[in-house]
Amino acid sequence: MAKISLPDNRGYFGEYGGRFVPETLMPVLDELTAAYAEAKADDSFWSELDHLSRDFSGRPTPLYFGEKLTGHCGGARIYLKREDLAHTGAHKINNALGQGLLARRIGKKRIIAETGAGQHGVATAAVCAMLGMDCIIYMGEEDVRRQALNVFRMKLMGAEVRPVSGGSRTLKDAVNEAIRDWVTNARDTYYLLGSVVGPHPYPMMVRDFQSVIGKEARQQILDKVGRLPDYIVACVGGGSNSIGIFYPFLDDKDVKLVGVEAAGRGIDTGEHAASIIAGRVGVLHGSKSYVLQNRAGQIMETHSISAGLDYPGVGPEHGYLKDTGRASYVGVTDSEALEGFQLLCRAEGITPALESSHAVIYAARLAATLDKEKIIIVNLSGRGDKDMSIVADALGVKL
Amino acid sequence: MSRLSDAFRHKALIGYVTVGYPSLEDTMKVVPLLAESGCDIVELGIPFSDPLADGVTIQKASFRALQNGVTPEVCLETARKLREKVGIPLVFMTYFNPVLSYGLDEFCSACNGAGIDGLIIPDLPPEEGEKLQQSTGHCNLDLIYLLAPTSTESRIRLVAERSRGFIYLVSVTGVTGARAALPEDLTAFVARVRRIAKQPLCIGFGISTPEQSKEVARIADGIIVGSRIIQLMEEDKTLASVGDFVRGLRKALDEIPT
Repeated sequence: MAKISLPDNRGYFGEYGGRFVPETLMPVLDELTAAYAEAKADDSFWSELDHLSRDFSGRPTPLYFGEKLTGHCGGARIYLKREDLAHTGAHKINNALGQGLLARRIGKKRIIAETGAGQHGVATAAVCAMLGMDCIIYMGEEDVRRQALNVFRMKLMGAEVRPVSGGSRTLKDAVNEAIRDWVTNARDTYYLLGSVVGPHPYPMMVRDFQSVIGKEARQQILDKVGRLPDYIVACVGGGSNSIGIFYPFLDDKDVKLVGVEAAGRGIDTGEHAASIIAGRVGVLHGSKSYVLQNRAGQIMETHSISAGLDYPGVGPEHGYLKDTGRASYVGVTDSEALEGFQLLCRAEGITPALESSHAVIYAARLAATLDKEKIIIVNLSGRGDKDMSIVADALGVKL
Repeated sequence: MSRLSDAFRHKALIGYVTVGYPSLEDTMKVVPLLAESGCDIVELGIPFSDPLADGVTIQKASFRALQNGVTPEVCLETARKLREKVGIPLVFMTYFNPVLSYGLDEFCSACNGAGIDGLIIPDLPPEEGEKLQQSTGHCNLDLIYLLAPTSTESRIRLVAERSRGFIYLVSVTGVTGARAALPEDLTAFVARVRRIAKQPLCIGFGISTPEQSKEVARIADGIIVGSRIIQLMEEDKTLASVGDFVRGLRKALDEIPT
């Protein structure tokens, strides 16, 4: 496919991307870029990844026709890409597995990672346990509190979870702390970054490992209905599940790509995490993209009911897709996401993650405005088991 | 020839303070004190919300300064006032986003107007610094790049070609902060850079005692001390111990035979 040319050799997607990191890490990133290029050209790397994706992660994940959900909306047919059924409960395992194998290949045994909702932390902990590597997970104190179940899962799999007390005590601060650890232990530590953010080559590498979602979905929809979908809808925090499903469809110009950002308590309130809709171009965590920042260039604190979307930046490739108009971006509030969560539970007996619930409700409303022959694929990026106490709280239910 | 080069007539002592920590009044007092006590250059830190190259001490100072309402505008105004009080070179140390947000040309020209001599931006490697370098070039500012123990020979060449004023050598792989011991491979690292670079070499990160300063300054042209100064400002509000500390460092550096 033609679009393989992005990013360029400096890690840029148009004007976004690059490498804005301390000098200590620059040689490490050069090495990583070279090691990844070598792995990418090596069939044995991919055959091991394919094998583990199947036997360890449970791929391919199904593409499920949500017949009752479709009936409820009364419009376009809605298909769900069931990443919630992947091992550890979300799409995060795809990237954790790919990078875990890469880390082993370059001989690094100490793995660090950041996590927000805990899904990337759990996926990384699982891969490290399976590959026999040391695992340290940085997690904001606020997220440790609201995602206690995932903290326990990580510990059971042998990971050390380090709560981060700086700043807003959420995902952004966990990334800062992971980068500080990485700068300190650059020689023997592999940073297993969980989204399509960070310095080059991460946005490219994570996209490549996540694009299995879109490759499968494309083939599955062709097999099922003999044509491509009209829309693909996915939630966007850092943007890995959305890039993963968008990427293999980029050249299919008739397929509309919609990224759903967390509008939190509403864009007007300032309490949200909608970096593309409400941010402006800046540099955060090693790359240039849309960033939520104040007039003085300080990064703002964000809010979302879903810890996984609670991040003030977004992957550089999303910035590029936005500017070129190839993808469009919309916002969904906390309460709308809760509605999506309940809707999918009732209509289909599927409990989505709060992150994915943002995509679900947007797709449901979109479907209602479209003809019955139209097709929407929603990336159901994760399952909602981890969110039970938050949802119960929000609905005023005591567990 | 930039004003920074005057600092290297002897072993240069470079002090760092975060602007607005613990208060702007303290910044206005401490910078002249650093100059009187023997600093040749002062780095003024513009606080950033996400200082990922900094250890706990400067993280806390940045956080407090931001709570005090410090912005790049406030830092420029502070520099302008300090310029009336001290003659030594002043450089800004900050992260790239506040500079990008201000506008590269606008920021550099404001720096020039405020009497700033150079910029140190730890998350801006030379590969990403070309545009800022054009702006600094037009405004009489030195853009100072960093090298680290992990830097390869080709990276040392790149920084040697681009860095102006001096080269900032990061003593350890890590973040800023006082450390009990400095790494053993520091001498070899400095020698690797010295073979290629013509600029003065200043070593920072982890230096907190006169003994360490002396040890490091034997192989370098200058030393940079930050976190320890911030700690002393926290411990002794009169700032007397900052003056004593800096005089101690100056004395240690002056004892090195030339």
